Amino acid sequence: MNKIQVNRWKDQLFKIWGIGCTLVGLILLVLFIGDILIDGIMRIDWGFVMNLPSRKAEKSGIYTALMGSLWILALTTIIAFPIGVAAAIYLEEYAKKGRFSALLEINISNLAGVPSIIYGLLGLEVFVRILNLGASVLAGSLTLSLLILPIIIVATRESIKAVPSTIRDASYALGASKWQTIWNQILPASSGGILTGVILSLSRAVGETAPLIVVGALAYVPFAPSNPMEEFSVLPIQIFNWISRPQHGFIENAAAAIIILLLVTFMMNAVAVYYRNKWQKKWN
Amino acid sequence: MELVAEKNTKNFTMNKESEQESKTKISIKNARVWYGDFEAVKGISMDIKPNSVTAFIGPSGCGKSTFLRLFNRMNDYIDGFRMEGKIKIDGTNIYNKKIHVEELRKEVGMVFQKPNPFPKSIYENVAYGLKIQGISDKKVLDSRVEKALRQADLWEEVKDDLKKSALALSGGQQQRLCIARTLAVEPSIILMDEPTSALDPISTAKIENLIFGLKEKYTIIIVTHNMQQASRISDYTAFFYIGELVEYSKTKTLFTKPEKKRTENYITGRFG
Repeated sequence: MNKIQVNRWKDQLFKIWGIGCTLVGLILLVLFIGDILIDGIMRIDWGFVMNLPSRKAEKSGIYTALMGSLWILALTTIIAFPIGVAAAIYLEEYAKKGRFSALLEINISNLAGVPSIIYGLLGLEVFVRILNLGASVLAGSLTLSLLILPIIIVATRESIKAVPSTIRDASYALGASKWQTIWNQILPASSGGILTGVILSLSRAVGETAPLIVVGALAYVPFAPSNPMEEFSVLPIQIFNWISRPQHGFIENAAAAIIILLLVTFMMNAVAVYYRNKWQKKWN
Repeated sequence: MELVAEKNTKNFTMNKESEQESKTKISIKNARVWYGDFEAVKGISMDIKPNSVTAFIGPSGCGKSTFLRLFNRMNDYIDGFRMEGKIKIDGTNIYNKKIHVEELRKEVGMVFQKPNPFPKSIYENVAYGLKIQGISDKKVLDSRVEKALRQADLWEEVKDDLKKSALALSGGQQQRLCIARTLAVEPSIILMDEPTSALDPISTAKIENLIFGLKEKYTIIIVTHNMQQASRISDYTAFFYIGELVEYSKTKTLFTKPEKKRTENYITGRFG
C-alpha cells in the first residue's frame, strides 16, 4: 500500500466514524420519540387537554399545567423581552468599549451558563421571600426571565451587530439622532434575529423544571391560575409528578403530556426558524 | 463671512486670482485628527468656495476621507477619534460644544462610497430625513420626495414604483436614490466619498452629470480615486498625501501646471 492509499483509507474511516457519531444522537432521539408516541398517543384526546388533574389516571388531564405553562410563557415574554432587548441595545450602541463593558460582556456570557437551579434559589430568596410574591405565577415568571435574559441579550447583540454599518452611517448623515437611528433602522433590520433569539430562549423556559420547583410551583393545583398572583403548575412538573407514580395509567399520561410539551417547543422552534430564514433572505 | 487672517507659510494658500473671490463656504484652520496614536490628518488649512465642486484626490490612506468626514462630524463616533483645529461653515465653528450635530448634518449632507439605501421603499428612503425632523404632512412629504427625485434625475424611472423596495433598484439607481435622499433634507453642502467607485461607467456618467448640475445650488466636495473624474467635474482640486495637503488650486491649473513634483508624479500615474 502506498501513501495515497493509506490516506484515502483514513479518509473513509473518518467518514464512517463521523456518520456513526451523527447517528447516535439521531437514533436516540427517534427511539425516544417513538417510545413516547407508542405509550402516549392513544391517550391524547380533547378530554386529556381540558381535564383537571385527578387521582384517577384515566380521568386526569393537563389543563391546569398547560394553562400554567401558557401563563408563565406570556409573563416571561412580557418581562424578559423588553429588558433583554434594551440591555443589548445599550451594550451594543451606547456603552463605551472598554474594560467595564468587556467585564459586563464576560459576565453575561457566564450567566448564560449558570445551572438553572441556582436561578431557582435566587428567585426563591428575592421574589418569593423578600418581595413576598409567594409561590405565584409572577414569581415563577420573574425567575425564568432572569434565566433567559442572558440568552436574549446575547442573541439581540448578535443581530444588532449584523446590521451593516452603512445603514447607521446613512441615517446619521441625514441628521437622525442615535435613538431615531436605533428605532427606525437598526431595530427593524435586526428584528428577525431578535425574534429568533427570544423564541428559542422562551422554548427553553417552557421546558424548565428545576427553578420552578425551587420557587414552589406545585405538582397538584386544583384550578388553572386566573391572575399572576395565584399558585400554579407547569407541564414539566406535571410530567415529573406522573412519572413518579407507580400506576401504569399515569405513565401513559406522562407520555401524552410529553408529546404535548414537545409539540409546543417544536412549534416555537419552527416559528423561530421561519423568521430566521425570512430575515436572512432580506439581507443576502 | 470670516476671512482667513493669518497665513501659515507651511500651509497652503490659494493663488492670487481666487484670493480675490472673498467668499468662503468652509474654512479649515490647522485641522489635525488622531485615531489613538495614529495621526491621520496632520494640520490642514484650506478654504472651500461656495457653489463649486472641490475634488479631493490622493492615494489610499492619505486621510482625504477622514478629512471629508470632519465637515459633518461623522468621525465623532469612532473610538479613539481626537481632533484639533477649527472648521467653520458660514462662519460658525462646527466643533463648538453648542452645535447640535443633528442640525449640522441637515446642512451638510453626505453620499457614501457604496450605495446604502435603507431596506425600505423608494419613497420611505427619500422621506426618511424629513420624517425624522417631524414632518408628517403627506402633501409636504409627497412634493419634497418628488422634487428630490427629480433633482437626482431618478423621478422618471421610479415614479410608478415608489412603493417598491429600494434594494430592487440597480446600483446606479440606488446611488442616485441616496443622492435624492440627501437632497430632500435641503442641505447647502454635499459631501461625496467616492460616490461612483462601485458603479459601471454609464451610471458613473449619469452621476457626474448630476453633480455638474447640482453645483448651482450646492457646495460639493467629492473624494475620488479617479483623476479623470476629478478633472472632468471639479472646479478646484486638492491633492493629499499621508495626512497632508500637498497642493490645492483650480483643477485646470493643478492638472496642467502642478507646482509640486509629488503632485505631478501622482497625476501622471507614477505612484499611488
